[in-house]
Amino acid sequence: MRRLNPSLIAGGVIVAVIVAMALVSFVWTPYDATLVTPSSRLLKPSWSHWFGTDKFGRDVFSQIMVGSRTTLFVGVVAVGVAAVIGVPLGILAAMVRRWPGEAIMRANDLLLAFPALLLAIMFGAVFGASTLTAMIAIGIASVPSFARVIRSGALQVMRSEYVLAARAAGRQPFPIAVRHVLPNVTSLITVQASVSFAIAVLAEAALSFLGYGTPPPTPSWGRMLQESQEFLFSAPRLAIFPGLAIAIAVLGFNLLGDGLRDRFDPKLEDRR
Amino acid sequence: MSDVLSVRGLSVSVRDTALVSGVDLTVGAGERVGLIGESGSGKSLTALSILGLLPEDVRADGSVRLDGVDHELVGADERRMSRVRGRDIAMVFQEPMTALNPTMRIGDQLTEAMLIHKTLAKPAARAAAADLLDRVQLPAETLRAYPHQLSGGQRQRVVLALALANDPALLICDEPTTALDVTVQALVLDLIVRGVMDRSSALLFITHDLAVVATVCERVLVMYGGRVVEAGPVSEVFTRPRHRYTEGLLAASDLETTSRRLTTIPGNVPPAGRFPSGCVFRTRCANATALCEELPAWTGSETRGFACHHPAGDADA
Repeated sequence: MRRLNPSLIAGGVIVAVIVAMALVSFVWTPYDATLVTPSSRLLKPSWSHWFGTDKFGRDVFSQIMVGSRTTLFVGVVAVGVAAVIGVPLGILAAMVRRWPGEAIMRANDLLLAFPALLLAIMFGAVFGASTLTAMIAIGIASVPSFARVIRSGALQVMRSEYVLAARAAGRQPFPIAVRHVLPNVTSLITVQASVSFAIAVLAEAALSFLGYGTPPPTPSWGRMLQESQEFLFSAPRLAIFPGLAIAIAVLGFNLLGDGLRDRFDPKLEDRR
Repeated sequence: MSDVLSVRGLSVSVRDTALVSGVDLTVGAGERVGLIGESGSGKSLTALSILGLLPEDVRADGSVRLDGVDHELVGADERRMSRVRGRDIAMVFQEPMTALNPTMRIGDQLTEAMLIHKTLAKPAARAAAADLLDRVQLPAETLRAYPHQLSGGQRQRVVLALALANDPALLICDEPTTALDVTVQALVLDLIVRGVMDRSSALLFITHDLAVVATVCERVLVMYGGRVVEAGPVSEVFTRPRHRYTEGLLAASDLETTSRRLTTIPGNVPPAGRFPSGCVFRTRCANATALCEELPAWTGSETRGFACHHPAGDADA
């Protein structure tokens, strides 16, 4: 076993905490996150309300906890969509070189040039704003980066002698893709997934802020941020807590991605 | 003796650059034929074109026929070729460290080789995999190992077991021992010879090591500049070479030379496509004359012959 690198540990711990928080929120939160209590509006942080309460008297800490579910859901859906479309596309583009492979990559470039948020807003306008549609849109927008990374990895695998040996043994292209190419690019998929996860979390926050993401009353860190706008000067903590949550989550997934890449690519590790 | 492999006028080219020209080659059942030459002489390209595994922009022309396969192998589509590969022709590659999939257990790779061509059912294939390992003198525990847990020599034996899994009519080995320690070389060579003899398969053995050819092969073809310049039984070619290139090659590998300096062939192998017209060796040959600007005709039969205007061993040469 090689030594674990610091970014892998830090990223892993942050991600684990978020996952734990989301799981715990299913069985326990300090208060009902959506319970409106007019008598306790805009309370300062205290022992009974760790992060205070918002303008409807809802407990901010409980909202952050429940909001982490949205964050994880968003990441899983977006990364899932991106991987399910992007990985086969990348492998396909690597295996059929000549013009079909080139055509896939050029179409990919076209999609890459299209801003992800714009695509999500367009989807929201057409299919109605919801977390799911927003995330499918973000997922589709993340397909090009997946396809690109996987293609470069797959090209390398296709040039390896064991693929030549598999062809020399009479293996057909599809089994070669599934049994030889795919297992040897899994490390790339993992790294790309954690990076895309961070992007998706950020995109969901931005969309919720703009009103195209998670609709009320489901707690979402992005929407908490939007709702805190009017109290930015009187109660800045309402913006700081969800903002910090988003920043830490994004940092966590990025660190995890960096750490995984260093671990899977020893050449990169030596250079540091 | 029936011919297992018969290659006629095989040429390989990239765009307009000829890499291999007019190679004729036959390998009979149970016969062990060596293909020797320096790097860049077209040995490996010849092997890859027999299997139809040339890189995309490389073209092969001519004819490659295999006993028991009713179609031409040159230019055959992937679907037909994949049925031939691994079942009728198998290949052992040079680099054992990269010829195995790092993410699959040895046992899975071996059974896969047999399942591809449905030569055996799954339970039988697993048993056969253990048997194959046993025949290359590897313990049955190797089945559960991943490639990185094995040494180079062990891996090359696994690669050999993979190649022999379907009892191919023809085994092609492309420098199978070049990357191995000398001590392991002998074992692997022995296993290769035994493997083909047990199955009375034909062997096409590619190498640049003359000593290896002498121990493994019965017949040898010498390639230079993409052409076969001399062919014949190993004992004859190595003791009475006729082509000047073969002569130089043998002199360069003579360890019992009395001279203090190493004997070399003057000059370098020209890059692909830069070989001279006429005799490909004439720019490096001490015996070359104006006559050599014409392509020398093949003298002798296919099993023993040479292409040289001024052959060695002629009284008046």
